[in-house]
Amino acid sequence: MVAWIAGRQKMLLHRAAKPLVFLLCLLPFVWLFYQAFSDQLGANPAEALIRATGDWTLRFVCIVLAVTPLRVIGKTPALARFRRMLGLFVYFYVVVHLLSYSWFDMGFDVAEIVKDIIKRPFILVGFSAFVLLTPLAATSFNAAIKAMGPKRWQLLHKLVYLIAGLGILHFFWMRAGKNNFNEVFVYAAVVAALLGWRVWSHWSKQRKLEHIRKAVGAH
Amino acid sequence: MLIKTDSSGFNHPVPSEITAQGIYQERRKLIKLMATGTAGAALAGWAGRDAMAQAVQKPGKLDTLAGAKSAAAGAVTMEKVTDYKDATTYNNYYEFGTDKADPAKNASTLPVKPWSIAVEGLVKNPRSFTLEELLKLSPQEERIYRLRCVEGWSMVIPWVGYSLSELIKKVEPLGSAKYVEFVTLADPKTMPFVGSRVLEWPYVEALRLDEAMHPLALLTFGMYGEVLPNQNGAPVRMVVPWKYGFKSGKSIVKIRFTDKEPRTAWNKAAAQEYGFYSNVNPLVDHPRWSQATERRIGEDGLFAKKRKTLMYNGYEAQVGQLYAGMDLKKNF
Repeated sequence: MVAWIAGRQKMLLHRAAKPLVFLLCLLPFVWLFYQAFSDQLGANPAEALIRATGDWTLRFVCIVLAVTPLRVIGKTPALARFRRMLGLFVYFYVVVHLLSYSWFDMGFDVAEIVKDIIKRPFILVGFSAFVLLTPLAATSFNAAIKAMGPKRWQLLHKLVYLIAGLGILHFFWMRAGKNNFNEVFVYAAVVAALLGWRVWSHWSKQRKLEHIRKAVGAH
Repeated sequence: MLIKTDSSGFNHPVPSEITAQGIYQERRKLIKLMATGTAGAALAGWAGRDAMAQAVQKPGKLDTLAGAKSAAAGAVTMEKVTDYKDATTYNNYYEFGTDKADPAKNASTLPVKPWSIAVEGLVKNPRSFTLEELLKLSPQEERIYRLRCVEGWSMVIPWVGYSLSELIKKVEPLGSAKYVEFVTLADPKTMPFVGSRVLEWPYVEALRLDEAMHPLALLTFGMYGEVLPNQNGAPVRMVVPWKYGFKSGKSIVKIRFTDKEPRTAWNKAAAQEYGFYSNVNPLVDHPRWSQATERRIGEDGLFAKKRKTLMYNGYEAQVGQLYAGMDLKKNF
């Protein structure tokens, strides 16, 4: 077990690990780009692109939220190296998603976009998630952490929990028209499990501390 | 200088530019033709030539079902026909799944043979028609219609069928009949999504009797010169081109004449969003999205702006009088 964990640690710390993960994260985008230009996105390529980039945004939200639980449960602190890059990929895919919508669906017509957002509140929810995500992406470098101070920086980045919720709500509302929630429930379950683990882990830590405090007090 | 040359601006015509007397007189004849109104007939041939220019390509996938050129007004649009592949792989048929790729994947199980339609309710001659009887009931016509989905996309599809009015005349509705209800197949054994909570099954649609009698309301058996593929509503469906696509029920098993407005599937699911009429209307938005524009599948590429949606999907000249005096915002 120890050897296995140590081996994994070594793998994650390998020089090629980061570039490799970067390329893997880029793969869905490259694939969609290729499909779009070789006319393989089906009858309604605009709709296919908007939906696929939305799906990938949600998937990356799940991936980035999984980093901490996996790091703790799997005892592989080296996983933390990838968190920033994965977080930035969430932002990358949400930007591509938003651009696909504004360009292919709305032709960059700002007046039309504003009207559409009023008409379709689920877009407003998605857009708010994007807006909230922007300061997180903008403070994704060491100097920002230093300038803000780690406490405040961490507090700001806790917004990701709210953003994940908004993302799921956006998807849920979009699917409400067809009453088709199967996929929504899968994402919701994954996010709920990942957030639930955090609550549980925090709570059990508190209990342990209390035990220790009591034990110390008894002496 | 009295002699005028090219350089002083005088252009003497060269002989080849002078219109021959015979042709000049032909022109007079054409004007006379127009004046007497016979040009209409002469131009019909010319317009026909244009229609021939986009002869519908048979995909060669299913049995041939030929249709003669329809003479009904508005029955043949000159717009570019949507690719067969797009029309048969991107559509809604919720009994086979809610994704628009699902029907093509799942509809192979649809039990199309044998098939019959029961005609009942307020008619003098209630009876059942087998598919074979229906196919022969009236000559098949090809109709190239625009199709506008309530979701905001559109296609141009060459259907094969005949006006529903032909069938209605055969069964002779009673004076009390005001509506025609279309009940579609709901077979949980062969249709995997029958029973899902999206809609109430069977899927029911309806028209006012005068709408159903309109020559453009098509009882449809084929598309692209062949019988209907399962996913598009085989073996017999309705096509009502001036209404949103969901008003045209697929795989119809029962046609019922009633005196009360029937509750239709989407109306039951969300009455505030889907009215009984559901006529294509760019001025009345769906509560959750705009209906002012549409994306023409296969034609408006990724970078093209969406096109403007037309009143009654461009069939206003033909069907507008059906709704004269009605408040279309209330009767959406």
